[in-house]
Amino acid sequence: MYPSRFRYEAPATIEEVIDLLHDGGGEAKVLAGGQSLIPLMKLRFAAPELVVDINRLAGLDYHRVDPDGSIHVGALCRHADLERSVLLSSKQPTMAEAAPLIADPIVRTRGTLVGSLCHADPQGDWAAVVTALGGYVVAQGRDGRRTIPVDEFVSGPFQNVLAYDEIVVEAVIPPPTGTVAGGYLKLERRVGDFATAGSAVALELSGDVVLRAGIALTGVGASTINATNSAAVLTGRALTSEVIGEAADLAAVAAQPKSDHRGSAEYKRHLVRTFVERILTRVTETQQRAA
Amino acid sequence: MTQALDEIKIGGMGASRRRVEDNRFIRGRGNYIDDIVLPGMLHMEILRSPMAHARIRSIDTSKAWDIPGVRLVLTGEMMAARNLAWMPTLSYDTQAVLATDKVRFQGQEVACVIADDPYIAKDGCDAIVVDYEPLPVIVNPTQALATDAPVIRDDKVNQHDNVAFDWEVGDKEGTDRAFEQAHLVSKIKLHYPRSHPSPLECCGSIADFDRATSKLTVYMTSQAPHIVRAAVAMVAELPEHMIRIVSPDLGGGFGNKVPIYPGYVMSILASILTERPVKWIEDRSGNLISTGFGRDVYLDGELALREDGKILAVRMKTTSDHGAFFADAQPSKFKIGLMHSAFACYDIPYAHLSARGVYTTKAPGGVAYRCSFRVTEAMFFQERMVQAAADDLGMDQAEFRRINFVRDDDFPHRTPYGFLTDSGQYAKCLDVGLEAIGYAEFLKEKEEARKRGRLLGIGISTMTEPLGAGNSREYDILGIKMFDSAELRVHMTGKAILRTGAMNQGQGHQTTWAQIVAHELGLPADDITVEEGDTDTAPFGMGTYASRSTPVAGAAVSMVSRKVKAKARKLAAHLLEVSEEDIEWELGRFYVRSARDRGVSIQECAMAAYSNMPDGLEPGLEANAYYDPPNLTWPFGCYIATVEVDPVTGVWDVLRVVAVDDCGVRINPMIVEGQIMGGLTEAYAMANMQFITFDAEGNCVGSNFMDYLIPSAWETPGYELHEVVTPCPHHPIGAKGVGECATVGGPAAFVNAVIDALKGTGVRNIDMPLLPDRVYEALTQKHDVSGAPPVRTDN
Ligand SMILES: Cc1cc2nc3c(=O)[nH]c(=O)nc-3n(C[C@H](O)[C@H](O)[C@H](O)COP(=O)(O)OP(=O)(O)OC[C@H]3O[C@@H](n4cnc5c(N)ncnc54)[C@H](O)[C@@H]3O)c2cc1C
Repeated sequence: MYPSRFRYEAPATIEEVIDLLHDGGGEAKVLAGGQSLIPLMKLRFAAPELVVDINRLAGLDYHRVDPDGSIHVGALCRHADLERSVLLSSKQPTMAEAAPLIADPIVRTRGTLVGSLCHADPQGDWAAVVTALGGYVVAQGRDGRRTIPVDEFVSGPFQNVLAYDEIVVEAVIPPPTGTVAGGYLKLERRVGDFATAGSAVALELSGDVVLRAGIALTGVGASTINATNSAAVLTGRALTSEVIGEAADLAAVAAQPKSDHRGSAEYKRHLVRTFVERILTRVTETQQRAA
Repeated sequence: MTQALDEIKIGGMGASRRRVEDNRFIRGRGNYIDDIVLPGMLHMEILRSPMAHARIRSIDTSKAWDIPGVRLVLTGEMMAARNLAWMPTLSYDTQAVLATDKVRFQGQEVACVIADDPYIAKDGCDAIVVDYEPLPVIVNPTQALATDAPVIRDDKVNQHDNVAFDWEVGDKEGTDRAFEQAHLVSKIKLHYPRSHPSPLECCGSIADFDRATSKLTVYMTSQAPHIVRAAVAMVAELPEHMIRIVSPDLGGGFGNKVPIYPGYVMSILASILTERPVKWIEDRSGNLISTGFGRDVYLDGELALREDGKILAVRMKTTSDHGAFFADAQPSKFKIGLMHSAFACYDIPYAHLSARGVYTTKAPGGVAYRCSFRVTEAMFFQERMVQAAADDLGMDQAEFRRINFVRDDDFPHRTPYGFLTDSGQYAKCLDVGLEAIGYAEFLKEKEEARKRGRLLGIGISTMTEPLGAGNSREYDILGIKMFDSAELRVHMTGKAILRTGAMNQGQGHQTTWAQIVAHELGLPADDITVEEGDTDTAPFGMGTYASRSTPVAGAAVSMVSRKVKAKARKLAAHLLEVSEEDIEWELGRFYVRSARDRGVSIQECAMAAYSNMPDGLEPGLEANAYYDPPNLTWPFGCYIATVEVDPVTGVWDVLRVVAVDDCGVRINPMIVEGQIMGGLTEAYAMANMQFITFDAEGNCVGSNFMDYLIPSAWETPGYELHEVVTPCPHHPIGAKGVGECATVGGPAAFVNAVIDALKGTGVRNIDMPLLPDRVYEALTQKHDVSGAPPVRTDN
């Protein structure tokens, strides 16, 4: 497990990072938590000429809720920060439930949410969660910053739309308009395993009625799947068992799983359906208990 | 005046003494192969075949030689020029060191590069161009035995098919007759999937050939350094006294570090050619795809049953997949290891086993992964057959076992396949287990849960297994008889050094061996250094695997201590000025029979051996002992698991696990418990998640720890341990092997529990691993899910 020769830089400002990436002319890679990039380099699947380590950049390890209710996750905020976050556990159940299911404790102390989005692994959990939440990333390049919705940001398996000299500085979840609810369920063969299948459900409710819904799926397609049809049947309705069943069925339809050693396509579809149903049922149970 | 010592206080038998080795391990101060750095050392990396079966048209190494820092590139051709392209396996077959004609599995060694550092060596491997001509791939026995299958081992003169061996044991006629008389014949087909011992430390070696002294020193990850020395002497034609094999601390072995691998051989030749030390450290994928795997056996099993549940006869037919080279590490007489130890705990008059081994284009090396030569498969098959038979008869699982057990007063007992068991209390162990799990209550709870749609299940697995090969009459490896030895030297101040031919790899020999000496001699365990692994200093031994160390080397430790004690007695007589016959022993001291307070300590005897010996007595206090066990030891295990299966997803959770182990007298109970918990965890892993399989192109699935799953503390269930003690009648301190019992007996408990939870759905079998999707398939399709785990594809 010995990577090819590469040059290593660890600048202290974002501007220097961007200049280095620019000079690298497409042969440079950003290093955040390194939990995806380093294994790829050790296997020599990736052999960048230049590695630009962003860990020395100050002030990017935050996650916070702004007064308008939007959630901001900086490029150096680790999975573990989100797992332990008091903010998320009270304000964002889908993220709170996903954080401890990412990888294992060792990986979580280094890996980042933003790095996970950039890596665009179809089995990455955060992409599904942030997609369900309608989130976007803020990218910075030589011409300044731009925002890109996550479901446009990921352009294919292990591909994103960043220019070679752009970096993502933060991921943002827009402010909710109702009461938030939802969750994330995933089947892993053991702790630290990537998902056989996973379903992220994010809701905003007014009383019983769903104002906004987002449903996205992990590990059942060439990239994260935004199950818009499934989410659409929830909007404007109360979560009756028929509605839940309809949404779950449509999520299974949206999935495009492939059979592999983790299970058959049919099984993965079944899991997606089961998870959506279980999360939504749980929401109704919480509603009933509150009432 | 001296006094008898408190055995527990001096760390003797029965003391749960803290492991001596942990002091350095938990401080990161262990000395593993990769910690060793020699001056001028070069580094070796191996180029492996991406193809499972292909003819090598050409290998172009010129670009690798051009890289600055590359010192040597070896190919099969260069090995062949030195008669080293092939080497013998431990099962009288041959194995390629570097491929010359064909590659026969994905990951096979094709070339290696030796360079100033491992990065350059890896660059060198990347620069080698190999031209392969693909050949048809064979990934299972059915394909291997098809009439039009290509012959994988066309290198062998008389090999015209892919059969590695046919072998049988047992009484065929008697068995056939018993089957004719059966009230019911219970049949089941099973597969024990290919798994891998995957020690956390992969394999590696540092070969250091010194031209000036002609001495070859090899530091290597070997569970059996003395066998390696003998093999190197024979294969490389170097004089045995000029070869020194050193096994430093081993980061686990589990059988994986018994065979001799191509990497070791290449590093030796590289050191001879470069006259520099050459280090080879295998990476994880290299370890998983090319080194000794475990299992990969199919069974057709049949039990002939009487109406009242008595088993009349057993018929087993196994087909085992050995990969490209028959490289099993096992006693030479037995082609499918000790598979015929199956059903040893049951009183059955007739049994027959026929075994066929086949070649496939998969990695070689069916090692005894934490088991005594295929005993894991034997006991798994046994306990799955037993469960199926009880279910077929409509009998209670516990009751069916109880009526078929060998009774306590029926020892020595001849097993259905001819082994001789000597001791045990099987029914008692089962009772302890049933009591602990609350059997009757659980069965009721299960019924209740069923009514509410919940699926609970309970699985029992009971077995006795043969541990501790020899005796030397029946057991040998490549003709070298299986026994062990120990050397004990007591220094003048009463401190001592003990050396054995075993090789610790996590079992805690440093701790346990000292406890045996403490028990025999009354020297505090802390005063005894234990050394193993260096063939220049350690006495001969067959190494550590198959749970044989306590039964064999441990017995040698006892015997050598007794020899030292016999000499100390002479010294005591001299010191006490009485004749030897008038002397008695109690722990740590000799005393005069008629005057108990007149005594000398063992330490005083030691001092006398160097300062005040009687006329005519040879000075010093040391001895050696070779131990050839009269029989195997036969520990018994009863493992019971309860589970709940999620009927929607097929996910199953373990509720409780009860283990009752009778491994005879326990030397260090804490270490024994650690071995059992580790074994149960491996059992759980195999039942739940672990396998190595191959797709249609022969690509290995399970070539890294993302796909080959090792359970972590998160999912590993808790264990409740119980014990029953039936001392081994022939072992000097009554101990039996235990290192592998739970790995061997455990898997069936988990599988039986899941199958029990599915009872009534028409599902009789799901082969391991019971991954959720396989359980789901069984539940929804209402059929068995059998065979090697498929690599599913949509076309
Ligand atoms: C054993 C193991 C198990 C895992 N299990 C899971 C799992 O269950 N679920 C899961 O979702 N993930 C899992 N992962 C992946 C893990 O979540 C990674 O942390 C994550 O995918 C990448 O984050 P990182 O900060 O480590 O990124 P890095 O590895 O540093 O980078 C990944 C990629 O993103 C790019 N990148 C990173 N940051 C930026 C940025 N700010 N701007 C532009 N490009 C950037 C890099 O150039 C690189 O191409 C696992 C990883 C391991 C090693």
